Amino acid sequence: MTPVQAAPDLRVNLGGIAMKNPVMVASGTFGYGPEYADLVDLNQLGAMVVKGIHLEPTRGNETPRTFETASGLLNAIGLPNPGFDGFVKTYMPFLRQYDVPVIVNIWGRTVDEYAEVARRFNDVDGVHGLEINVSCPNIKEGSALFGTDLDMFRRVVDAVRARTRLPVIPKLAPNVGDIRAFACAAEACGANAISLINSFPALAIDAETRRPELANVTGGLSGPAIKPIALKLVWEAARAVSIPVVGIGGIFNATDAIEFLIAGADAVAIGTANFTHPGTAMETVRGIAEYLDRHGLARVGDLVGTLAA
Amino acid sequence: MNRAETEAPPESPPLARRIVQEDGVVVEHENFQGDYRLLRLQAPAITPLVQPGQFLHLKAPHAAESLLRRPFSIYQAADGVVSILYKDIGRGTRAMTFLRPGETLNLLGPLGTGYPLEDRGTFPVLVAGGYGMAALYLLAKRHPNRGIAFFGGATPGDILCVPEFEALGWEVRVTTIDGGLGMQGKVTVAIDAWLAEIDETVRPEFYACGPNAMLKAVGDHALARDALAWLSMDRNMGCGVGACLTCVQKLHTEEGGWTWARVCREGPVFETRRILWDEEKAT
Repeated sequence: MTPVQAAPDLRVNLGGIAMKNPVMVASGTFGYGPEYADLVDLNQLGAMVVKGIHLEPTRGNETPRTFETASGLLNAIGLPNPGFDGFVKTYMPFLRQYDVPVIVNIWGRTVDEYAEVARRFNDVDGVHGLEINVSCPNIKEGSALFGTDLDMFRRVVDAVRARTRLPVIPKLAPNVGDIRAFACAAEACGANAISLINSFPALAIDAETRRPELANVTGGLSGPAIKPIALKLVWEAARAVSIPVVGIGGIFNATDAIEFLIAGADAVAIGTANFTHPGTAMETVRGIAEYLDRHGLARVGDLVGTLAA
Repeated sequence: MNRAETEAPPESPPLARRIVQEDGVVVEHENFQGDYRLLRLQAPAITPLVQPGQFLHLKAPHAAESLLRRPFSIYQAADGVVSILYKDIGRGTRAMTFLRPGETLNLLGPLGTGYPLEDRGTFPVLVAGGYGMAALYLLAKRHPNRGIAFFGGATPGDILCVPEFEALGWEVRVTTIDGGLGMQGKVTVAIDAWLAEIDETVRPEFYACGPNAMLKAVGDHALARDALAWLSMDRNMGCGVGACLTCVQKLHTEEGGWTWARVCREGPVFETRRILWDEEKAT
């Protein structure tokens, strides 16, 4: 009698955050959870990263806020959010019902604002980690600079690290000269993991009116159009650091996710695809398990960083 | 008694909570009239949930580089089949023109908060511009009262569904910009003429779908008569379920300020008093 082969072990420890599988949903693409609860089983997610939270409620940008490009989506939403108090009161009771780690994406306009919003989450039950949004391309007051200026990046990560007891995950901007410098700086500042990439700064123009397609003029490009860029940056960053890496950028199916794992990501986050197919993350989990099984790999970690190059 | 001074406008009805994702099977796809096509889809899970004014969010096949779904007002919903009327206006709709019977396309629906169906003892007035009549058909069918419908378009080819609405017991009046059918001019010309005809005791309640300029004009007519106007707002849409915050519309708040609402979730139908139009200055 042949022994029954055990199902592949999909568990991942993301810098102290225990996940049942490596598939997360990316900040800003899954709301705060209730938006998709009718359609998918949130308990099947590896982790949920909620839309960026600031100290105070903010309204975000004027419309139009998104524009579809060839195999991509350009957005300049502008981080509208209910603020720390609004988020904790309105959404945390909902999120605590689920057996899924909640990672809160945080942002500020100054280093002190980042530090303060991080500190406040110390007392919030049910939050498992903080993703630092240093790279939103659509906030005028310097947020993008925190992602592209190495010194300012260090100051933000240091400040957040000093104020929080939670695992910290800086989300790296793609538009930098050397992604390894930012990955290493994050690790040196005590980050528990890094996630990359955020959307790529971009512009779409209406030739007839000679006006930008977005009210904010420029936006961040996401979707399959940026996947090869993301894979390259994840591959470089993952080899430069020993902390876990979350790969993000145009993942629409399990094969895309597997490519990121091969490039060196320990976990992945589904972004734009959620808007098209709400069940993408769940299908990706099943597809990864099937792939591991087919390739005789016992654990998802056995696949990570196995690019034959 | 002047109801607008004594009563706040009623809130939109509660959201039909259930949203379903389902593969719809094309049962019929044909030219409806001129550039307009009728697409009928077998969707037994979605169909019974549909309320007037709600929409479908569909993933057009044959358009791999178009990532997003496309929203369409639901025209009819019965016997497990939903239908939409559409026109080839871009990448997504062009790809849809190739759909053949038997093909499937993925649907999310029914989405959004549609028109109220309460009998408030008012005289219902439907106003459609563009192909807004598609979004009003189910309302015309299920509204407890019968009234009048105004259809406006650029040319006679843009005036759809007149016999369908008449068959439901509605008087239909048509305007075209080129004067080729009905009165010449914008749809408000016909509404003005009708308002001048009717008895003062008639209390109209407006239900409209069309371009934003038309919706604002209908809203202004309603305000002038202390009437309610339920307007289906047209916005570019992303996810369709309230996550991406693409399709936001400014609404007045009770405190005198404004807030964003999601057209895909709190809308697409809003009472005109709540809408802060782009032309108004936000505070």
